[in-house]
Amino acid sequence: MTEVIAERPVATAAEVLAVYTARTLTNGLVVFAGVGTPLLAATLAQRLDCPDLTILFEGGVVGAYIEDAKLPPSTNDQRCTRLSNMVLGSSEVMLMMQRGYVDLGFLGGAQIDRFGNLNSSFIGDAAHPKVRLPGSGGANDIASLTDFIVSIRHERRRFVPNVDFITTPGFVSGGDSRRECGLPYGGCRCVVSDLGIFGFDSARRMSIQALHAGVTLEEVRDNTGFDLVVPENMRTTEPVTEQELAILRRIDPDKIFIS
Amino acid sequence: MLSVRSYQDIRDSVSRRDRTLRDKTMSLAAAARLVHDGASVGIGGSIVSRTPMAMIWQLIKDGRKDLVVSRSMMSTDGDWVVGSGMAREIVTSWCAQGIMWGLSGVARHRFETGMVGYEEWSHLAMGMRYRAGAMAVPFLPMRTVMGSDIARLNRDQVTPIDCPFTGEKLLLVPAINPDVALIHVQRCDVHGNAQIDGLPFMDLDLALAADRVILTTEQIVSSDQIRRFPDLTRIPFFCVDAVVEVAYGSAPHECYGLYEPMMDHLDAYVAQVNADPVAGFAAFVEAFIRQPETWVDFLEKIGLPEILSATRRGRSIRYD
Repeated sequence: MTEVIAERPVATAAEVLAVYTARTLTNGLVVFAGVGTPLLAATLAQRLDCPDLTILFEGGVVGAYIEDAKLPPSTNDQRCTRLSNMVLGSSEVMLMMQRGYVDLGFLGGAQIDRFGNLNSSFIGDAAHPKVRLPGSGGANDIASLTDFIVSIRHERRRFVPNVDFITTPGFVSGGDSRRECGLPYGGCRCVVSDLGIFGFDSARRMSIQALHAGVTLEEVRDNTGFDLVVPENMRTTEPVTEQELAILRRIDPDKIFIS
Repeated sequence: MLSVRSYQDIRDSVSRRDRTLRDKTMSLAAAARLVHDGASVGIGGSIVSRTPMAMIWQLIKDGRKDLVVSRSMMSTDGDWVVGSGMAREIVTSWCAQGIMWGLSGVARHRFETGMVGYEEWSHLAMGMRYRAGAMAVPFLPMRTVMGSDIARLNRDQVTPIDCPFTGEKLLLVPAINPDVALIHVQRCDVHGNAQIDGLPFMDLDLALAADRVILTTEQIVSSDQIRRFPDLTRIPFFCVDAVVEVAYGSAPHECYGLYEPMMDHLDAYVAQVNADPVAGFAAFVEAFIRQPETWVDFLEKIGLPEILSATRRGRSIRYD
């Protein structure tokens, strides 16, 4: 009997998010990353096409370099500092973003809405929450000050018309509302999910940019709690490669974040 | 909620302190007496790094209550202060056990039932609030938090303004001047000149903002040693009120260059307390906080193999 070899490598949803998030980066950018998918993505990009990517952590690190099998448990640990360019205070590194030195931030969250706002604070009413989530951390600051990319599992409970609580502003209520709130710079550049890549139209509503191979429009609609803007020409993303997966699995051999 | 204090109030508190160059060494138990029930307490470090766990442990042991605890970002220290009933409210930007463990069962239970309050700010907002406190100004302007529900929930404390110079929108966030700051460092002298290796977080701002500073330190070194490397000194002696030497004073968290987090202990802790946030946490407090008489007894509960592993990993940051 001949062994059947899968055409494409089998990747976990977390790996898919990390790979497609990494592909949004270009060499030479200064990026602000958190632990989890953001750091996996930034590290993967560094190993591949973006060796000159500069990673900042809100714990107070400029120019981080993550060694294989030594992922830090948070962005405030000593592992974040090793082989970096600079160690400084948390306020200082975030103020560098306020000053304008950061090109891009990476975020996640429990919920995202059609305007790219994120919630990591409350499920349900803030006064009597069903679930009290951990809170903003630096997410609100990153999203307020720079362009950002969201990596998030594509589920109906996560892609909601309006988030229960705006921890982290995207385009607020669409149109020019973000600027009117006092946030003249930045915004949600794109959303990477395990089903596709999403952008925002001129009214700042979430639109489909590309779907991953094998994903149908119907599948995306079934898993999204609002109407996505569907363009005439939808691209299909290039499949995840063996090389990308191999690097990710070397970075996180214990599968702390990629499982 | 931490109300903004007047300039006279915070200046007077500095004037009243004995700021002379003196030996400030004392025991954990003696230092704990500087923290009164109902006090506002700022905690140094961030998440699992340089958390003054031994000092928090002593305060819980002593039954301190009604504290308003602030910190940049909280992890298992958050569980300890809200789970034990020591804090009536926390003021922070993030509170969970750690990214890899997801949501904290203990924190969720105490917040969702309303037993403990969680006043949420962004990380930079916490930084600006401590910095305003350190600068002795009642507020600082910032360019984040606007447009979010964090501003809406804190509307009694923040003020949006149009800049008097440029007309731009800015948000004013209020100073935090805690009654006491708890800060853990790698080394200091008996006077409290403190050296911090690695990430300094917001600790200098916190130390300057607070009325009193309790330093716990891995090691007390000579003043000559401090003077050999003054560029490493981050906190000056004159804002320090107590110096307590506590080796592994940040366990089960990490202390840069010395030890990394004690992950087996934390994994087991998380499994136990999240399975039952009330009885599971109470059993933890009994076994790890009430029963051990000294911090060394607590460390023995964590166990030598775990401490050695954390130490080996901790040292590898400099020597691999």
